[in-house]
Amino acid sequence: MSTTPEPVLQATGVSKFFPGAIALDDVSLSLYPGEVHALLGENGAGKSTLIKCLTGAYKRDAGTILLDGKEIDPRDPQGSLALGIGTVYQEVNLLSNMTVAENLFLGWQPMRHGMINNREMVKRSKEVLSGFGLDIDPSQLLSSYSIAIQQVVAIARAVELAGKVLILDEPTASLDREEIDLLFSVVRKLTERGLAVVFITHFLDQVFEISDRATILRNGRIVGTRELANATQTEIVTMMLGRQLEEAKKERGKAVIGETILELKNYGRRGTIEPFDMILHKGEVIGLAGLLGSGRSETAGVIFGSTPADQGTATLNGEAIKIDSPRSSIHLGFGLCPEDRKTDGIVGDLSVRENIILSLQARRGWTRPISRAKAEKIAEDYVKKLDIRLASLDMPIRLLSGGNQQKALLARWLATEPDILILDEPTRGIDVGAHAEIIELIQTLREQGMALIVASSELEELITYSSRIVVLRDRRQVKELQGDEISIGAIVRSIAEEGGAQL
Amino acid sequence: MMKSPRLPLYMTMATFVLAYMLCIWEFPSMFSSRVVANLLTDNAFLGITAVGMTFVILTGGIDLSVGSVIAFTGVFLAVILRDTSIHPLVAFGMVLAITIAFGAAEGAIVHYLEMPAFIVTLAGMFLMRGLAYVLSTDSVPITHEFYDVLQSIYWKAPGGGRFRLIGGVMLLVFIGAMIVLHRTKFGKNVYALGGGVQTAQLMGVPIARTTILIYATSGGLAGLAGIVYSLYTSAGYSLSTVGVELDAIAAVVIGGTLLSGGTGFVAGTFFGILIMGLIQTYIVFDGTLSSWWTKIVIGVLLFTFIMLQKVLAWATTARRKPATEFAMRS
Ligand SMILES: Nc1ncnc2c1ncn2[C@@H]1O[C@H](COP(=O)(O)OP(=O)(O)OP(=O)(O)O)[C@@H](O)[C@H]1O
Ligand SMILES: [Mg+2]
Repeated sequence: MSTTPEPVLQATGVSKFFPGAIALDDVSLSLYPGEVHALLGENGAGKSTLIKCLTGAYKRDAGTILLDGKEIDPRDPQGSLALGIGTVYQEVNLLSNMTVAENLFLGWQPMRHGMINNREMVKRSKEVLSGFGLDIDPSQLLSSYSIAIQQVVAIARAVELAGKVLILDEPTASLDREEIDLLFSVVRKLTERGLAVVFITHFLDQVFEISDRATILRNGRIVGTRELANATQTEIVTMMLGRQLEEAKKERGKAVIGETILELKNYGRRGTIEPFDMILHKGEVIGLAGLLGSGRSETAGVIFGSTPADQGTATLNGEAIKIDSPRSSIHLGFGLCPEDRKTDGIVGDLSVRENIILSLQARRGWTRPISRAKAEKIAEDYVKKLDIRLASLDMPIRLLSGGNQQKALLARWLATEPDILILDEPTRGIDVGAHAEIIELIQTLREQGMALIVASSELEELITYSSRIVVLRDRRQVKELQGDEISIGAIVRSIAEEGGAQL
Repeated sequence: MMKSPRLPLYMTMATFVLAYMLCIWEFPSMFSSRVVANLLTDNAFLGITAVGMTFVILTGGIDLSVGSVIAFTGVFLAVILRDTSIHPLVAFGMVLAITIAFGAAEGAIVHYLEMPAFIVTLAGMFLMRGLAYVLSTDSVPITHEFYDVLQSIYWKAPGGGRFRLIGGVMLLVFIGAMIVLHRTKFGKNVYALGGGVQTAQLMGVPIARTTILIYATSGGLAGLAGIVYSLYTSAGYSLSTVGVELDAIAAVVIGGTLLSGGTGFVAGTFFGILIMGLIQTYIVFDGTLSSWWTKIVIGVLLFTFIMLQKVLAWATTARRKPATEFAMRS
């Protein structure tokens, strides 16, 4: 920047204390018009907290905020919205009991004669959403659409409301490449108009793709701000972690595949996933690849029984079994760590400890409670193993940072020591350091003889631990790759391939 | 694709129509403007109360104080009109101001002290009932020519039914509430709060203001119901309308509003009221049944409707659309 323009938003000396934790300690941040500013840091570094202090969702304990040089003090999100700061918070965040259009326009509905003009609202919703490549009926309930669509709606709302600053806290976590491209093109248009955009993510590629500068936080303190044009990923990662990241073992582990544990024949569920065959061995990882809505999570759900199969047969260790609910599959030694932690996973008001032992307790039955000491030990073990950052095991899990909640959820299923573990997007929202740890963990579990099914949109990660990869498209298994056939190129090709017997 | 939120509403409407047809089938004379007019007149105060309750329940709250507020209003009016020369219209204004302020205070406590609405309004219930006793423990008759004027206003329909003022007031309240809920920002904020306070707050909904306004609305409507009730009975009595809050809640739930908040319609509440009134009318026509049958039938209905909602909720979560609507996908 040759002429230094005035920052649109300037935060100085922001601090935030929680009981038992200093979430932010004297943090400063300047946003210039027309820039995309990445905010980076490990899980629990304080990124979301900083955002919430800026928008008034949290009351900050110290610090001043200037907008266009004038001091502002938004006391609630409503206040910052009125000032032109549009925000997508990490825990998404729309109302599933209302329609898409009502969500988009909540608080700034088009009015006529003092009343909400519903027709106009639906019409404008359609226009706004088509800018994001969405062609849906905005007068339907939000909950009738997938999480990805809901995420896009949330982003569209924030974009529409952002007059000066747009803040996006991990907006791309549940999006595919196409949607991300659309989002980025919208972001570029906004920055051309002089908006400042804050972008929080754990995908470093995306950071370098769209951002001009990055500010790195660690343990609630600023590590530094860098121009990304002359920085490398390694530098940034080192700043985030405070140490160098050991290269994850790239070579695919020697597959010590054991005997067959699970065999599915013609297994499927009408309207959810086309029938498929699958043989899972002890000590192997089957990767599920495909676009959003291709049937990855659906496959996981059908196998686990959360959306039970209505056709086909299943054999476990040679014996015919019937899985009609998660209850039955948990007893048979299955575990499923779901994709959407908010709706399917955590119980927000229970403590971290209770959340971790929840499934183990369910498996033992409620008549045989796990003793407090034992629960403490199990929880402590996993907190250490997965490096979950928390003030105490007794804190309600909703107070953990997003990534740490994800880790706690993973711990819950590991604690049941399942024979078959299904992971749906296990690294979503998890920082680079923990990312490597989880990949390593998956490999270790496999080597110990566990059978795993992992659905992930991160192909690079998928190919490092999978011994076989099943590619899905349009809720159908279209390809199985194994051994040397496995490569990102091959997966992408089979995802994209048209043709075959389309129904 | 079924539009689930309206389904319970349609079901309530269908239940009413079906029940009414059954009644007519058994007692053809129930098909008369007289029955319809009485249905509206007799249930006017309950209907108005239930509108306020719908607002509260839509946000996921509850208001247990309304029955006592009605009783208090009745006694207050009776005592004022007996002991002073204040015109009834002024007294109406005073009592509405009191009940609105009372509701607002309850809302403020619920919001700022983060107390459960159940407890706060339970306390409010005792408080208002107590105040009514303080004013008078006896039934105080109201005799005022203005009351006579109001009571004599009616429209005589063909068939002899007399549609009285208070039934009309109830209809106006229902229409007004529909407009407010569906066509104003406040109405949308009510639904937003019911969908999740935290989320609503992050989306910029003024939580404090909305909560206070909602309980103020409920309080004010209970006050209006009290006025209507005093016109209906020409008296104020501190022991009257005990348990009316529960009848109102029942009407709201039968009308398809979820107790957990976020989904429901005032129109549903209207039909909930009509169904409950119809049961009573049927029992009057039958003549042999004890009036306790009203309670039993309402109990069964409530149970059925809650079960139905569970089934519906369960059926709709299992059918979320896949992400295939992205148009730009190549
Ligand atoms: N309400 C709260 N009470 C207590 N501690 C909290 C609260 N909110 C956040 N924290 C703590 O503050 C720290 C920072 O959390 P924050 O959500 O800002 O992290 P983050 O950088 O967004 O991480 P992630 O990448 O996982 O989303 C965490 O250690 C978290 O446990
Ligand atoms: Mg966060």
